[in-house]
Amino acid sequence: MTIHLKIWRQKDRNTPGKLVDYTLDDVNPDMSFLEMLDWLNERLMNEGKEPVEFDHDCREGICGSCNLVLNGMAHGPMPGTAVCQLHMRKYKDGDTIVVEPWRARAFPHIKDLVVDRSSFDRIMAAGGYISINTGAPADANAIPVNKYDADLAFDYAACIGCGACVAACPNSSASLFTGAKIAQLAHLPQGHPERKKRVVKMVDKMAEEGFGDCSNYAECEAVCPAEISITSIAEMRREYVKALSEIE
Amino acid sequence: MTASNNGVLNSKVPEGNLQDKWDNHKNNLRLVNPANKRKFTILVVGTGLAGASAAASLAELGYNVKAFTILDSARRAHSIAAQGGINAAKNYPNDGDTVWRLFHDTIKGGDYRSREANVFRLAQVSNNIIDQCVAQGVPFAREYGGLLDNRSFGGAQVSRTFYARGQTGQQLLLGAYSAMMRQVGAGKIQMFPRREMLDLVKVDGKAKGIVTRNLTTGEIERYAGDAVLLCTGGYGNVYYLSTMAKNCNATAIWRCHKRGAQFGNPSFTQIHPTCIPVSGKYQSKLTLMSESLRNDGRVWVPKEKGDNRPPNEIPEDERDYYLERRYPSFGNLAPRDVSSRSAKYVCDEGRGVGKTGLAVYMDFADAIKRLGVDAIKAKYGNLFAMYEKITAENPYEVPMRIFPAVHFTMGGLWVDYNLSSTIPGLYVLGEANFADHGGNRLGASALMQGLADGYFVIPYTLSDYLAENLHAEKVGIDHKAFDEVENETMERINNLLSVKGKKTVLDFHRELGQLMWDHVGMSRNKEGLEMVIKKISELREEFWQDVNIPGENSTLNKYLEYGLRVADYMELGELMARDALDREESCGGHFREEHQTEDGEAVRDDEKFCNVSSWEYKGEGKEPVKHVEDLNFEFVTPSQRSYK
Ligand SMILES: Cc1cc2nc3c(=O)[nH]c(=O)nc-3n(C[C@H](O)[C@H](O)[C@H](O)COP(=O)(O)OP(=O)(O)OC[C@H]3O[C@@H](n4cnc5c(N)ncnc54)[C@H](O)[C@@H]3O)c2cc1C
Ligand code: SF4
Ligand code: FES
Repeated sequence: MTIHLKIWRQKDRNTPGKLVDYTLDDVNPDMSFLEMLDWLNERLMNEGKEPVEFDHDCREGICGSCNLVLNGMAHGPMPGTAVCQLHMRKYKDGDTIVVEPWRARAFPHIKDLVVDRSSFDRIMAAGGYISINTGAPADANAIPVNKYDADLAFDYAACIGCGACVAACPNSSASLFTGAKIAQLAHLPQGHPERKKRVVKMVDKMAEEGFGDCSNYAECEAVCPAEISITSIAEMRREYVKALSEIE
Repeated sequence: MTASNNGVLNSKVPEGNLQDKWDNHKNNLRLVNPANKRKFTILVVGTGLAGASAAASLAELGYNVKAFTILDSARRAHSIAAQGGINAAKNYPNDGDTVWRLFHDTIKGGDYRSREANVFRLAQVSNNIIDQCVAQGVPFAREYGGLLDNRSFGGAQVSRTFYARGQTGQQLLLGAYSAMMRQVGAGKIQMFPRREMLDLVKVDGKAKGIVTRNLTTGEIERYAGDAVLLCTGGYGNVYYLSTMAKNCNATAIWRCHKRGAQFGNPSFTQIHPTCIPVSGKYQSKLTLMSESLRNDGRVWVPKEKGDNRPPNEIPEDERDYYLERRYPSFGNLAPRDVSSRSAKYVCDEGRGVGKTGLAVYMDFADAIKRLGVDAIKAKYGNLFAMYEKITAENPYEVPMRIFPAVHFTMGGLWVDYNLSSTIPGLYVLGEANFADHGGNRLGASALMQGLADGYFVIPYTLSDYLAENLHAEKVGIDHKAFDEVENETMERINNLLSVKGKKTVLDFHRELGQLMWDHVGMSRNKEGLEMVIKKISELREEFWQDVNIPGENSTLNKYLEYGLRVADYMELGELMARDALDREESCGGHFREEHQTEDGEAVRDDEKFCNVSSWEYKGEGKEPVKHVEDLNFEFVTPSQRSYK
């Protein structure tokens, strides 16, 4: 099938970028979206042109590397799916797809479709952990965790750190990402000793990194490939308010 | 190719009873006092499970750690894709598991080509790993009573596998990553993402630093340290198509090999039986379907060659459930190497299914009849959904099509019991080393090994080396050894960029991959291996004359990164073939057609090959030299694996 692409090309942060048109007339419906980009890149290289840069690694929706906005939708049209798991059979012959990178102040641009998401790591370094050294902690079964909380903690822990929530949010808020980690650890007894300190530090760091506030658009939940629920944001707020009121 | 004496390779396995070796060893290892720990800088290359766990643990002890990864964050690494689970000898289900049993299963599963003492230590520390991960907040599956759930995996007779839905690797990695991030926050780890180690710097024979390429700016950077830990994962991408993540590569270990680190059992590759088959030339990687599916899926092909009726129209008596037929006692749960080879045979006979004829069916119709759709959905829903996303076929209605794919490399840099390579100060952890899985890795044991190495082995063994080098002179990045290595690296990059030939890196990688898959894959023979050694060296020559790398060095340039990696695969591929040619026996995933029984089962040769082949690099255009580490089985008796 034939696919028309309009891809964001930008050499680096200091050079202005623009959408460039490409047409591929031999797209196989069984190709993944990224394989289609590989295909395009091979063609560009054979024509002596520079290939399109994009991030990817696992290509099975778990590492969180891939980050493309397709026709305005972070990760493209399929809900609960990272763009690397999207196959071309979702499109029709002759479709036009606009391909852009994540756009957010806290994700500085690097090249073409590649951005810098290290602000997420800094939020994690501010408190997204349980302070336990390697050594001899108690037996793993010493503290039972009721299944409801364990399952909920898992739901939140499933975040792949892709940043789609930020890209989709009109405020470029990282609340879904941060909330997911806070909610995961709040549901596990192991996370309790540090919960107040954790939420305050992570939330403050989020603001410091230039992410916006959450005003409940819920666009993040709609695009999240790991289907993280926005109740995580509610949990984060609750934890934050509780922490502030009790910290003095 | 000469086999030299064994004196060069000292495995440093401690004396004593198997059960006491590790404890005795720990008692004897030298320590570094806290004030002195601050004086040491450790370079950790790679932040998958092995690297992240090592970096965090060493930083907690007080060392200064610099950690490097190709990806944009330490939260991502190939480890994240592991689905099935992690083994430990906790015996929570009370089904008779012990450290001994886990050890015995692992060493037998490896077809008696690994070191007893290493594997026993692995089984011993397996329990600490689970404790550690739970304390970090890893949300393992639990039962209603709130305690941890276990399952049986890969045909094990006990339930010893801990799991977190189908995302065990992700959760373990995020646990190790968060421990790392805590140390980043505390200033004990400096993180260097989007950096690729391109070479090792040695001073007076010891590892003292690395040279990396900053993948955003193209700058060549120097880092000096008192020890270097390679945690850079496996090299399955030599085959082009594999289940490995796209950025997995062999560059770090290969460059260290060329600087003097010996390479253990390079040809030992695991080919996993249940992956989604290749659909076309554009295919960029393969996706694993968890082994757990074989608990309920029945594997078959049509009895007749070229029978291309849709599967549901092929009557029962015209199907060949070949695993059940050949291996009545293990059936569909026969080990990975055996299952993969059997699939190859039936496809070679022309009985493969699907458009390409390179696939077999894995059928759930019987299980659905027996247990109901809901039960199957509860067990495998996410896997079925993933299969449908990729193939657009509904496995509840038509059997899955599966085919073997390269999945794991048991070979890697040779290390002793302390995880030290043959270069002092260079340690190798996780899939990058050759150590614990012998000829075939059992399911749920790679995660265990990576974390054992990083959390519980290296913190002890490294201190011994550092204590010995407490007063060694510090090497700075202005040392002339750095100049030399940096110049060589720049030259390599410039050479590659200046070829400006006609073929893309992908063209070369696909060609190499096909050669490797056909001749150094599931089934190998002398003629094919000799041929492929020649072909690879021709391909390599062509590569350096005709590859077209786009762009320049000074920006993000993934095809340049890729080109450098493929250049290394071209050399490693040849060594893999040489090793396969040299090992005149069939063991684990290494199957030499000359060494099989009448009905096609592997024949191991314990007389000649109860050993590790460890290869030394001798220079451009020279044949490598093989060294041998004999494997002494003091505590178990190697037996012929039989799954009949
Ligand atoms: C699909 C799949 C499923 C699996 N499932 C299971 C399972 O259920 N149970 C199990 O036990 N095992 C499983 N395995 C195997 C297991 O996941 C891996 O063997 C293990 O995770 C490897 O961990 P590692 O830390 O050694 O390497 P990796 O996770 O591969 O990490 C390598 C790191 O090194 C970095 N790196 C590489 N080269 C360089 C360089 N030159 N410079 C800088 N950094 C570099 C990478 O960026 C990365 O950070 C599975 C494997 C696959 C492919
Ligand atoms: S919350 Fe969802 S969208 Fe946001 S980073 Fe995590 S997985 Fe991506
Ligand atoms: S490439 Fe890993 S999630 Fe898409």
